[in-house]
Amino acid sequence: MSIQNIDNVTRRNFIGGMFSASAFVLATDLLPQFAWGDTNENHGKAAAAALKPSLYLGLEPDGTVFIVTHRSEMGTGIRTTLPMVAADEMEADWSKVKIEQAIGDERYGDQNTDGSKSIRGSFVPFREAGAAARLMLTRAAAAQWKVPESECSAVNHVVTHTPSGKKLGYGELAVAAGKLPVPKSSELKLKARSEWRYIGHTAKDPKAIADMKDITSGKAIFGMDAKVEGMVYASIERPPVMGGKVQSLDDKAALQVKGVSQTVSIPPFKPPYTFQPLGGVAVVANSTWAAFQGRKKLKVEWNNGDNATHDSERYKAELLETAKKPGKVVRNLGDVDAAFSKGKIVEASYYVPLLAHATMEPPVAIASFKDGKVEAWVPTQNPQAVQDTVAKALGIKVSDVTCHVTLLGGGFGRKSKPDYVAEAALISKSVGKPVKVVWTREDDIKFDYYHAVAGMYHKASLDDKGKVTGWLHRSVFPSISSMNDEKSLYGFDVEYGMGLNDMPFDIPNQRAENGPAKAHVRIGWLRSVANIYHVFSGLSFADELAHAAGRDSLEYQLELLGAGKVLNLEAQGVGKYWNYGESLDRYPFDTRRLRKVLEIAADKSGWGKKKSGNGWGMGVAVARSFTSYVAAVVEVEVDKAGKIRIPKSYMVVDAGTVVNPERVVSQFEGAAVMGAGIALTGEISLADGRVQQGNFNNYQVPRMAQAPIQTDVHIVESNELPGGVGEPGVPPYVPAFANAVFAATGKRVRELPFSKAKLV
Amino acid sequence: MIKLKVNGRERSFDGDPDMPLLWYLRDELSMTGTKFGCGIGQCGACTVHRNGEAIRSCSTSMKELAGKTVVTIEGLSPTGDHPLQKAWAQGNVPQCGYCQTGQIMQAAVLLKKIKKPSDKEIEDGMAGNICRCGTYQRIRAAIKTAAKEMA
Ligand code: FES
Ligand code: FES
Repeated sequence: MSIQNIDNVTRRNFIGGMFSASAFVLATDLLPQFAWGDTNENHGKAAAAALKPSLYLGLEPDGTVFIVTHRSEMGTGIRTTLPMVAADEMEADWSKVKIEQAIGDERYGDQNTDGSKSIRGSFVPFREAGAAARLMLTRAAAAQWKVPESECSAVNHVVTHTPSGKKLGYGELAVAAGKLPVPKSSELKLKARSEWRYIGHTAKDPKAIADMKDITSGKAIFGMDAKVEGMVYASIERPPVMGGKVQSLDDKAALQVKGVSQTVSIPPFKPPYTFQPLGGVAVVANSTWAAFQGRKKLKVEWNNGDNATHDSERYKAELLETAKKPGKVVRNLGDVDAAFSKGKIVEASYYVPLLAHATMEPPVAIASFKDGKVEAWVPTQNPQAVQDTVAKALGIKVSDVTCHVTLLGGGFGRKSKPDYVAEAALISKSVGKPVKVVWTREDDIKFDYYHAVAGMYHKASLDDKGKVTGWLHRSVFPSISSMNDEKSLYGFDVEYGMGLNDMPFDIPNQRAENGPAKAHVRIGWLRSVANIYHVFSGLSFADELAHAAGRDSLEYQLELLGAGKVLNLEAQGVGKYWNYGESLDRYPFDTRRLRKVLEIAADKSGWGKKKSGNGWGMGVAVARSFTSYVAAVVEVEVDKAGKIRIPKSYMVVDAGTVVNPERVVSQFEGAAVMGAGIALTGEISLADGRVQQGNFNNYQVPRMAQAPIQTDVHIVESNELPGGVGEPGVPPYVPAFANAVFAATGKRVRELPFSKAKLV
Repeated sequence: MIKLKVNGRERSFDGDPDMPLLWYLRDELSMTGTKFGCGIGQCGACTVHRNGEAIRSCSTSMKELAGKTVVTIEGLSPTGDHPLQKAWAQGNVPQCGYCQTGQIMQAAVLLKKIKKPSDKEIEDGMAGNICRCGTYQRIRAAIKTAAKEMA
């Protein structure tokens, strides 16, 4: 067994050891924003000053710039994009920039790579950090030359005294700059947009992905690849029904498997389930394979508990039934009932099943318990949640848990829930060695925090011109809040504010309701969360209304949006609107931007030029989510056997200011594929409380031929603040696809996945 | 004792002959470029070459490797500059990157067999490789780019 990879994992991450003693280190806080200079010797002082640095930017005397990324890389490009921002403002030469991955540490502020908010939250502070460094370097040079600062300029790693042409490299200035006081925020001069050299400039540029070479040559270290000395492997047999417990265990045969050393019982979670492990029996061995083999030989009898009768077919009927009845009102504008008393009434029910994340890399974690402390190496979206969860599971202090963040082989929300790390820590404590817990694909599919199943009911009234006069949307789903409250029956403002109470249509009478549903599996967030079911039903229904009114769907959606304005949802019947955690001043809800992406999508896709029908069709949908505005147009072909092909998709994105356009395009291409998969084949179902799927043979995700063949992504030029990009592509894609299938076949698919529908 | 050649080096193995090659590569040789994605031959993340053919190392046991030559991503090109690897970089193919070594290994065999594959031939050749991040259109384009360079 080699330990060659230890370095790969541990070399990064240690802020303290990262810089040489003479390095110039700059740290900045996320909110409130300020920066201070610091040399490494008194760095501890800065930390002790109760300031919470979110970013460290350091310059070595040899000119190397270190930028610490405090967010996790799971495929969005964030490990490259955040440093680009600071490097640009610093006027650093990209070839001299080294990227370091932060460990979990509350001093970074929020490190949860979730909610499409890394750039939203870090754009300004990273710019200010870079600008502060640039100013300090300029001042250091001016002082050395004894010339006014205003005669000097910093460009591409060099400060120049313009009148004399004297030059000093950044490296030469590092020590002097580190001794200067940090400029006040008011002194910083951020670069003008036209001066940006990296921000917004990555098309066809290899800097788009910092880890490229490591990835293509197999050297990139994902969590699955990490190793530490003396490590053993574990595979866990978990209760097949959520909340189940071990009744009896016979591990004799398992212990006879060559390489297996012992078994370890993991206690069941105490409700609510939170991020606790599910419990079960771990088989510990000297290789992954031996652990898998030993596990197969375990004889476990389970006490399955209350969820053992849970059945997805029955549950689905219940959700759809509940959705027909009045629920808790989460938006009430005008008088829907009065509107429904006249005109043409259209009604429809929709259904989206449970979905699994199925990240390409299954959950995996290494933990080492030693002297009352835990060190962990994890592909995690949220290293601070790892610290909290492990600390709680072992009864130790949060500060006694160190979490190193590896690359993630996909995240999609799964890897912000660190149950798998607590498992590794518990086993390590029991065996006294570092332990790597490897989830199989079956474990991943059967023991996920699933995206919620949902039943929706829609009703609308149309006047004689086909204009919508009343709109009712009822949604029933097991809420993510069941994670922290096992009695939870209703959703909360986050779920409501994803396509239910933030419906942007300019309809005078609107009501949104949420009916009760109990969770029988662990529910969690998956890329774009409740938007998946709310926007699917809402924008499918809008398409139905267009057809009922005999209108073109795209024009009709524009008409539903109205002339366009800044919405004040709280004045329009929404009790509390969460706006993705942002203030409405900074991130207003502007339906003009929705109109614009739709109009561009019409143009780019040649909407309306070719007549739909006979197995060919185009569908469209538009949505604002994570403060970004996205329109999707999907073109489908459905053959005589009902087989669907997606030759072309168009995504038009207004995500405000875009830092790494190349990676933004890739996020939307990927969202199209994920959206297509959700619509085509995505379904987790349970019988007798047990998940029926287990691997890619029965939980199918798109392969090359089922995926959209070509997705064209158009980014709208914008000076607005940056919005999210990881998630917002998924919500409009699913209904655009369903609407395209309707256009091609005349079949309205109201229940996902399509694979269950008869299209011909 | 099973003797085999991995990336040009002679190796001998005397463990469980039923153990899949994947775990030998990853756990014993620390060649972690070959990935575990499904364990049942469904995803292609574990693709390597055996005597020049693309195989799923998760579903190929050590006893099926006696006297065989195995090439992994680590051995595809000593400098990491195989035309496919260059095309991957040029097209900015990866997102998370986890599936990509398997994709490249599969594509390498595809291009050995078909010099200028059509869209359909690429789809068929790559049908066993899942990319959950959804980089398929770039994979398709990069294969075409590499095919051109190799021609
Ligand atoms: S891990 Fe071998 S095909 Fe998936
Ligand atoms: S790049 Fe993430 S699975 Fe392919």
